[in-house]
Amino acid sequence: MKMEHIYLDHAATTPLHPKVLESMLPIYQKVFGNPSSIHYFGREARKLVDDARENIAKAIGAKPNEIVFTSGGTEADNTAIIGTAMAMKAKGNHIITSKIEHHAVLHTCQYLETQGFEVTYLDVDEKGRIQLDEFQQAIREDTILVTVMYGNNEVGTIQPIREMAQILEEHSALFHTDAVQAFGVKKVEVQALGVDLMSMVAHKINGPKGVGFLYVKEGTPFSPYQHGGEQERKRRAGTHNVPGIVGLEKALVLAAENRDENDSHYRRLQTIILQYLEEQHIDFSVNGDVKDCLSHILNLYFPGIKVEPFLTALDLGGVAVSSGSACTAGSVEPSHVLSAMYGKEAEQAKSSIRISFGLYNTEEQVTQAAKIIAQTVKRML
Amino acid sequence: MIYLDNSATTPPYPEVLETYRIVSERFFANPSSIHRLGGKSEDLLNKSRQQAADLLGVKENEVIFTSGGTEGNNFAIKGAALKYRHRGQHLITTRVEHPASRNAFEQLEALGFEVTYLEVDENGRISVDDFKEALREDTLLVSIIHVNNELGTIQPVKEIGKLLKSKPKTLFHVDHVQGLAKVPLNFKESGIDLCTVSGHKIHGPKGTGILYVREGVSLEPLLAGGGQEFAQRSGTENLPAIAGMVKALRITMEKSQKGIAQLESLNAKIREALESHPLVTIHSNAQESAPHILNATVKGIRAEVLIHALEEEEIYISTKSACSSKDTGASEILLACHIPEAVAKQAIRISMSFENTEAEINTFIAAFKKKVGELEKVREA
Ligand SMILES: Cc1ncc(COP(=O)(O)O)c(C=O)c1O
Ligand SMILES: Cc1ncc(COP(=O)(O)O)c(C=O)c1O
Repeated sequence: MKMEHIYLDHAATTPLHPKVLESMLPIYQKVFGNPSSIHYFGREARKLVDDARENIAKAIGAKPNEIVFTSGGTEADNTAIIGTAMAMKAKGNHIITSKIEHHAVLHTCQYLETQGFEVTYLDVDEKGRIQLDEFQQAIREDTILVTVMYGNNEVGTIQPIREMAQILEEHSALFHTDAVQAFGVKKVEVQALGVDLMSMVAHKINGPKGVGFLYVKEGTPFSPYQHGGEQERKRRAGTHNVPGIVGLEKALVLAAENRDENDSHYRRLQTIILQYLEEQHIDFSVNGDVKDCLSHILNLYFPGIKVEPFLTALDLGGVAVSSGSACTAGSVEPSHVLSAMYGKEAEQAKSSIRISFGLYNTEEQVTQAAKIIAQTVKRML
Repeated sequence: MIYLDNSATTPPYPEVLETYRIVSERFFANPSSIHRLGGKSEDLLNKSRQQAADLLGVKENEVIFTSGGTEGNNFAIKGAALKYRHRGQHLITTRVEHPASRNAFEQLEALGFEVTYLEVDENGRISVDDFKEALREDTLLVSIIHVNNELGTIQPVKEIGKLLKSKPKTLFHVDHVQGLAKVPLNFKESGIDLCTVSGHKIHGPKGTGILYVREGVSLEPLLAGGGQEFAQRSGTENLPAIAGMVKALRITMEKSQKGIAQLESLNAKIREALESHPLVTIHSNAQESAPHILNATVKGIRAEVLIHALEEEEIYISTKSACSSKDTGASEILLACHIPEAVAKQAIRISMSFENTEAEINTFIAAFKKKVGELEKVREA
């Protein structure tokens, strides 16, 4: 695909992989049936959904019946949190999360607070990581759910999910992680991670929009959130989005196949930008932890630069990046993630941009982007 | 191939697929991203919303894109009940709703709401007098399916809407998933506050829908997160599918007038053929039903057997609604109409779209008679 722009906003969303589109179109045309219908078209559609479920389960080390298809990451997060909170209500009303979660998690937790649940929002350090001892201290007898993301969508910081799962081993609280950003660059195996629930979405890994899944470990107390027909073993009602589900499957398979290669490629791209900015003596620092992060995300602080005109200038210069997360619907509000890392009034929250890599980004493109970024910074200071 | 299961789902129009493909390729960016590519996506989203609003005869800010009919019904019913709880605890619906509504009401009952389920006559129709009697000062929501998905029965939505115009504190939701374009409904004139439609029932992509939310009404969001869709429904917009659905909506609406006349004539044709058959009982009432749905029982012949027999001729019809076709019990909708269980259990549904032709229906009728004749002989032998 040829782009007039250098697109470096893959954490917001990614272009559909041509092979994914190719896998979807014939399904729209030929296997358009409703998987719940008992005739041929229904059965063919059902088979596709079953196969996809099996391959997706394999890709994360789960069983097919542990995969619940959803309309995306937001629905997976909402369903995971509300579905378990409601199912565990009798055991307690305390939930632990962190201050740097995606809004799909944060706003859901805030909603539960209005419904009588008590939520602890864990702080993070300057790298954006929660502290295990603080986590340990936050756990109470009546804690029913812990929801902490695998990798952050703004700064890429990875959380110690495995260690947290170990701490929770003797506790009845359920453990959910939002792995929406992680799958393309990190091996995501539910057994190894030790989580009970995990959210995923297709459009961050070159899959179609409007489809994702929630992993729900067998035996996990769970009450459905979207009610209706008996799809998804009564855990999520609604006619199956068959082409979307097949596209999700294809995207996951491709992402897993190319994961190591992409990961090292993105690391090279990170280095290109960091080295170039240093060579040009640009005043900047990295938000997050370059050593242990999602390699497709690079968040940079440029002291003294106002982010809004900066983004506009970059955009005019042909570089599409963002401040924080795109999902805060169009607004350039100070990032809640950077505020959590550096404090409410921190300059970082007003002068940082997120660069995120993906399919089609070449070293040449990124070198060119680094040049434009450096020029723009120099001009604006 | 003759596809007569259009109430379960429909094949997307080729133009819809073309739109899906083009938008996937050229408008892949996140509409919430503030760079130019995001802006392009946002423009297309706005344009799609404007078109959808025009086609539905409502305002742009009254169109909320959802993942389908199930989400639309859940969102309208639970979102309204939870948001306006202070107005009262009483809800009214019918015995013949789609599970996406019925199960949402059951969930609300568990939360302490009081629900009146209006009974229906043998044609599946509620009575306006019963409704008047059920309506109370503390009724906060009335939710009615316009066209029943199994029988095709049309409910007196317009009359009820008129009655509710003098009750500004009682919200009115209509499940218009089956009726859209085939049984025209003016949302504004009918006093409707909330109305659900689904893309895949009108040759649009699966995983798409619209909830009409009248200006001045706001719901408790079911999907919390980035604040998309006027902060009512979070989640990255599925733009290719949204644009595809709006395309399907336009084509369907353009075909509506002629299409309805055609459906009426095809319906009459099937009716005539079946009525004259000694073994067939038609459950869909000729006067009060939508033109595209015909529900009937062939005495002594199991529905599944007949469906599979017709499949040999590449003709596809269904048992009751796809969402519950898997369990073998009798349809609750037919039971609510006082159709005896043994008869209800063997009901079949023929459902058409604007795309079905007279030649197809002639072939279907001939095949139906032939297969029923054969099966009857087998039964007698
Ligand atoms: C970490 C994370 N979680 C959840 C989501 C929500 O996904 P979606 O917008 O597809 O619903 C996103 C992206 O927007 C994300 O980055
Ligand atoms: C009347 C009615 N309401 C709601 C739905 C649910 O819509 P969807 O399949 O898009 O979730 C359907 C179809 O399944 C239906 O026929």
